Amino acid sequence: MVDWQPTAEIATLRERARLIAEVRAFFAELGVWEVETPALGHGGSTDLHLASLACEATTPSGRERLWLQTSPEFHMKRLLAAGSGAIFQLARSFRDGEVGRRHNLEFTMLEWYRPGLDLEGLIEETAVLIRRLLPEDPGPTRRRRYRELFRETLALDPFSEPLISLRRLAAEKGGLEMAEASRDDCLDLLMSLVIEPALGRDGIDVVVDYPASQAALARRHRDAEDGAWVASRFEVYRDGLELANGYDELTDGNEQRARFAEDNAARRAQGLPEVDIDQRLLGALDAGMPAGSGVALGLDRLLQLALGKASVAEVMAFATPIA
Amino acid sequence: MANYSTNEFKGGLKVMLDGDPCAILENDYVKPGKGQAFNRVKLRNLMTGRVWERTFKSGESLEGADVLELEMEYLYNDGEMWYFMLTDGSFEQYPVEKKALGDTEKWLKEQVAYTVTLWNDNVINVTPPNFIELEVTETDPGLKGDTAQGGSKPATLSSGAVVRVPLFINEGEVLKVDTRTGEYVSRA
Repeated sequence: MVDWQPTAEIATLRERARLIAEVRAFFAELGVWEVETPALGHGGSTDLHLASLACEATTPSGRERLWLQTSPEFHMKRLLAAGSGAIFQLARSFRDGEVGRRHNLEFTMLEWYRPGLDLEGLIEETAVLIRRLLPEDPGPTRRRRYRELFRETLALDPFSEPLISLRRLAAEKGGLEMAEASRDDCLDLLMSLVIEPALGRDGIDVVVDYPASQAALARRHRDAEDGAWVASRFEVYRDGLELANGYDELTDGNEQRARFAEDNAARRAQGLPEVDIDQRLLGALDAGMPAGSGVALGLDRLLQLALGKASVAEVMAFATPIA
Repeated sequence: MANYSTNEFKGGLKVMLDGDPCAILENDYVKPGKGQAFNRVKLRNLMTGRVWERTFKSGESLEGADVLELEMEYLYNDGEMWYFMLTDGSFEQYPVEKKALGDTEKWLKEQVAYTVTLWNDNVINVTPPNFIELEVTETDPGLKGDTAQGGSKPATLSSGAVVRVPLFINEGEVLKVDTRTGEYVSRA
């Protein structure tokens, strides 16, 4: 028999529709307007840990390679530079190789940008939206510094611990070879296997002040504690699940250009395919994008929690295996 | 054998790890917000039966293991090896060492079909059927009229296994036993 039935129950999909209407109402009340940007673009994400899907298509300029967007970030930033003001989008996004209970090849990213709002303001706003969608009071919202989490859980400072002992600890916790691993790979492993599962229990945890090397498209600032550079980013966790990733957005075109080039150099070094850099995003940043913050929230995961399901597939009409 | 990458790891896939053939039980994809993705994998070592939990960087691969599970009937034991025969009509026989037989030794009965695991054409494991019918060869005399609940005694079965049985069971009776738990189920 062919498995044609949806991965979500019809009743769940109706709940999904109701919660999405709630999201739109939330932004309408804030005066943040909804935009739609392309799923296919000439630039892809250079991020070392994101695999963009590419396809060939005939466009007005002939046969071209286009990239399925891993998030609507680049197009939305071009709108910001063009003077859109605060905007949000429910964007279908694509990431190759992401398969599991918490992942699906294509998923819905709820992304919004708030020119003029600082990171703290956006954290507040994100927590309000999450609370509005969850059926019960999740408990307090707590700020957790990345460094503090490592100190509390593993009794080490992730910024100053020697690489050799990070590798030893990561190998021990993960049961794998880490002798050649980079500092960030060790920290990522410890974060995902040891720290994350305990986050967001009896509350909402917002992790802040990531290592500067993990800034991605966020600005960096000095840690008040000792002046170490940290990334102006946050991630929101509930029930061990990462829900959202927010940035104090990088607006400097040259800095962005340098980070793209660094990413592609790292890709070459690891034998990963290079990704076409989004020149139009750089053009928009050079022209001037208003300072502000932005956040990307995995809507399917939030719906999974809100509807008490065990996987994102259970809140999607057709998860990739039967799409 | 082919190599399998972490995104091909599915329950039941047989791979080589640390020199032993293993069966994948579970594969969980874990990825921090913006960072290296890992796969948390549970595997059963087919040589020892032990369950291992290992982490792999996503995209890493393992060599496939040439493992086959076949149905075979138990034939006899010559004092050194135990002999099983394919039930597919080929009459092909396989000798099995005591080490590979393990605990299954106490559940052996002629003409019963067992699941035999072959690795590179050698038998590494023999799994008995979930339920098997065996005769009681030794137990204390049954208590007349005591068919009610409560009370049990040890009984030795024709295969050598010792199970707890109700007091009313007598020598010579054939019992249905659950080989997974080693518990008496009913009279056969």
